[in-house]
Amino acid sequence: MSAAELITPHVAGIAGEQAAVAHRCLYYMSLMREVEDRIERKLYRQGKIIGGVYVGRGQEAIPVGTSLLAEPDDVLLPSHRDMAVFFVRGVPAARIFAQYMGRVGGLTRGRDGNMHMGDMKLRIVSIVSAMAACVPVAAGAALALKYQGTRGVAFCYFGDGATSRGDWHEGLNLASVQKLPVVFICNNNQYAYSTPVSKQMACRDVADRGPGYGIPAEVVDGNDVLAVYEAGRRAVAHARAGEGPYLLECKTFRMTGHSAHDAADYVPKDLWDQWAKLDPIARLETRMIENGWTTQAECEAARARILREVDEAVAWAENSPYPDPATLLDDVYEQ
Amino acid sequence: MPTTYLEAIREGLWEEMERDPNVFLIGEDIGIYGGAFKVTAGFLEKFGERRVVDTPISESAIVGASIGAGLMGLRPVAEMQFSDFISCGFDQIVNFAAKCRYRWNAAVPIVVRAPSGGGIHGGPFHSQNPEMWFVRTPGLKVVAPATAYDAKGLIKSAIRDNDPVLFFEHKGLYRRIKEDLPSEDYTVPLGKAKIVREGSSLSIITYGAMVWVALDAAEQLAAEGIDCEVLDLRTLAPLDRDAVCETARKTSKVLLLHEDTQTGGLAGELAATLTERVWEYLDGPIVRVTAPDTPVPFSPPLEEAFLPNAEKVVAKARWLHRY
Repeated sequence: MSAAELITPHVAGIAGEQAAVAHRCLYYMSLMREVEDRIERKLYRQGKIIGGVYVGRGQEAIPVGTSLLAEPDDVLLPSHRDMAVFFVRGVPAARIFAQYMGRVGGLTRGRDGNMHMGDMKLRIVSIVSAMAACVPVAAGAALALKYQGTRGVAFCYFGDGATSRGDWHEGLNLASVQKLPVVFICNNNQYAYSTPVSKQMACRDVADRGPGYGIPAEVVDGNDVLAVYEAGRRAVAHARAGEGPYLLECKTFRMTGHSAHDAADYVPKDLWDQWAKLDPIARLETRMIENGWTTQAECEAARARILREVDEAVAWAENSPYPDPATLLDDVYEQ
Repeated sequence: MPTTYLEAIREGLWEEMERDPNVFLIGEDIGIYGGAFKVTAGFLEKFGERRVVDTPISESAIVGASIGAGLMGLRPVAEMQFSDFISCGFDQIVNFAAKCRYRWNAAVPIVVRAPSGGGIHGGPFHSQNPEMWFVRTPGLKVVAPATAYDAKGLIKSAIRDNDPVLFFEHKGLYRRIKEDLPSEDYTVPLGKAKIVREGSSLSIITYGAMVWVALDAAEQLAAEGIDCEVLDLRTLAPLDRDAVCETARKTSKVLLLHEDTQTGGLAGELAATLTERVWEYLDGPIVRVTAPDTPVPFSPPLEEAFLPNAEKVVAKARWLHRY
């Protein structure tokens, strides 16, 4: 099932374009939600997932609303709660399940787990565990895009916690000094593991830090995918025009613990309740129905299709073999 | 016209930049100033700001940006102003660059140049030999040339290699040694050690500036009838273990020498390899001459006491020869 098949142009003109974007956003956000739910709430509990599980429940609008703006030349560096970037770039859910299960069918062939994966053919760079390590790397990828004479942009994703690391500051500074085409996309989900953002930084917004590096920055409602898309469009246009980097802070909330083993008892209950009302998928569906871009029945049918897609993907992943121990020594160096 | 070790590195960089438009330089003060040691003097004028990128004082960003550019198919050569500052870019090297190929099949064809070593009264932060942090990190290649010929040939191979390479160039050799180099293009393969003096009494296995200390000691010992073979490792990772074992089999006695401090130094790994592979050929204990386990001291009498020298090698070699 491709996103295009779900797009039903009820309306023409600008409204039609918006409707088409909304349909694509809804598909990718829903797919990410269902895949992550299946991983965290079913496969992990069944013992079928190897290692840690870090999901982006409640944050789906951020990877979706931004990566839909990426062109083929662009490079994306998704963080661990940005699974939808892979879907938007054409990676099937089956390969992501295989990745989480430590199978050969995963993007790292069992060499690494969860969202630690990439594929330079798709221009997706794999993160490492150290937060913000990808930020200087994004600057370098953007330097290459400029060096190679393209109009490409690097999309660099991270959370609020990552902005405390030196790499974040070194990377933003270098990108700004060199006027590199990078869009820095922060999912400010209020918590870095158990640490609230108030203990992460003394400024109000992550966006406050942009001007200190000469980088324009803005705050956007990260649970409104169309708002993220619009802000992302401004950010990408700025970078693509050769004006240098742009910092986009998307305010959101991590509707889960840090990982599947974390009950997040440190999060006050009223915060959960408050943010549950702002669920980005429910909000988009409501808006689309109100605008006449879809119907409740269509939404339900689409969700049923996604569930089938997820079932098939899980089956594929479970049939993918574990890596052969004889390959242990391969690919440390070029062979 | 003999070429210095520094000039050899410079020529290697220059020729690779002329040969391959994807090669570019990135680092602190490498452009208008030509680098702290002037290795890249004149490069900005020749190749322009696009290919000679002066950066803020941000070692982690220099390495990280090199990785990003390398993933995109460019061949960055990053300069650490002194190898002592490479620790500021440590995470990018050992967690990002070293593991990309193994994890997700992505090539990171970068070179990180790092002027290293003591003997110039640089003190604790301008004299260190941090190569072992990287030798023990799978996925990295580590090079430490001793001669002008090798410095030029190895920097070229490092640039052409599709894996991350750390290139430790010894500051003390920059202008101290020189030799005539071939006028035509040549490379020296990574991962291959070289016998720089044939001998039969015992083997001195070493690298970098200590090759010259070993040769000096070998001359003194020759006058006493002790005929030393000297093996220059040239590349520390991947290590040429076959060459190490071969010289040990030939002479049956081994002295391991490095300027790096002792604990966790390469000598320990070499000793273990020799014990595992050629134990039955050995006629004496494997001995080490290294710097002691201290920071590199500043004042000349202290630094002289710290650094291995020919006198220390001669004394240890005599003992081993008598054993």
